[in-house]
Amino acid sequence: MAPAVPRSGDAIFANVERVNAELFTLTYGAIVRQLLTDLEEVEEVNKQLDQMGYNIGIRLIDEFLAKSNVTRCVDFRETAEVIAKVGFKMFLGVTASVTNWDNEGTCCSLILEDNPLVDFVELPDTCQGLYYCNILSGVVRGALEMVSMKTEITWIRDMLRGDDAFELQVKLLKQVPEEYPYKDDE
Amino acid sequence: MQFFGSSEISPSPPVPTASGNNAHMMYVFNRNGVCLLYREWNRPLRTLDSNQDHKLMFGLLFSLKSLTAKMDPSSGDKGNLGVPQLPGQGCSFHSFRTNTYKLSFMESPSGIKIILVTHPKASDLRESLKYIYNLYVEYVVKNPLYTPGTPIKSELFNTTLDQYVRGLG
Repeated sequence: MAPAVPRSGDAIFANVERVNAELFTLTYGAIVRQLLTDLEEVEEVNKQLDQMGYNIGIRLIDEFLAKSNVTRCVDFRETAEVIAKVGFKMFLGVTASVTNWDNEGTCCSLILEDNPLVDFVELPDTCQGLYYCNILSGVVRGALEMVSMKTEITWIRDMLRGDDAFELQVKLLKQVPEEYPYKDDE
Repeated sequence: MQFFGSSEISPSPPVPTASGNNAHMMYVFNRNGVCLLYREWNRPLRTLDSNQDHKLMFGLLFSLKSLTAKMDPSSGDKGNLGVPQLPGQGCSFHSFRTNTYKLSFMESPSGIKIILVTHPKASDLRESLKYIYNLYVEYVVKNPLYTPGTPIKSELFNTTLDQYVRGLG
């Protein structure tokens, strides 16, 4: 019997190496600030953050799998639950809730009430188009791609823009079957 | 349940059952069939060049996995043999044994496949393969100089792995 999938990430969170939350927040802030200086365009910064997140995600998935003992998820609903309850807890120290399912079970929202990335952050008028936490959507997208799920991720609500929570819409585009990778052998 | 990976790699590696090196060779593949790592400890006979050898091994696992899923008596919903499976579908095997060797196999949902070929009397190595997966995460995935999907060249990983495998029963 495979070990049961952990329903919460508390036990793992207690065991992984952690860094000071303020250090983390400020470091991330410094990165975003530097990107804004370097790239000048807010749109470009959004893209760059997403790409950075993606690069993190494709590596982070292995750490997640190795440490959480999560085996395969039966369906996308379970996947979303595991990301919200175990994944976010393990790497960000907060949990998200999953709501707003569509009928087919391929699209849902992850809601973050609490987000350590945005402590001390205010968006100035010049950066209103910035998705400050866009790195998170990249991470989720990259990680899911490594377990064969192509997804599209959009921010629905953002506390920095005056909403009451962070809402991340995750839409499953397709699941990629595992195929034999080699062309006809010589 | 045991969780791996505190600030050290793991609380303690699974206890080796006997001393001496019983491992013959080891492969690590990624989801695209790229051989990330090949290590050899004891392989007196070699008939293929290494590239063919890796392909053959990957092909064997790939086919065996789809065969085992097809033979599964407990689930009704399976496609035709050879039809690509979605991750999460079907079952898989974790080892097979011949009269001269035992092959242990682990696949993570992200498609990393770890294969260890040992002496046929080796015990259940599933925990050990998990531990090796943890080593891979700590020494390879977390290494910023490593480009995902390329063969592993980390000296540190190789030494640690070597030490661990030599201690296996």
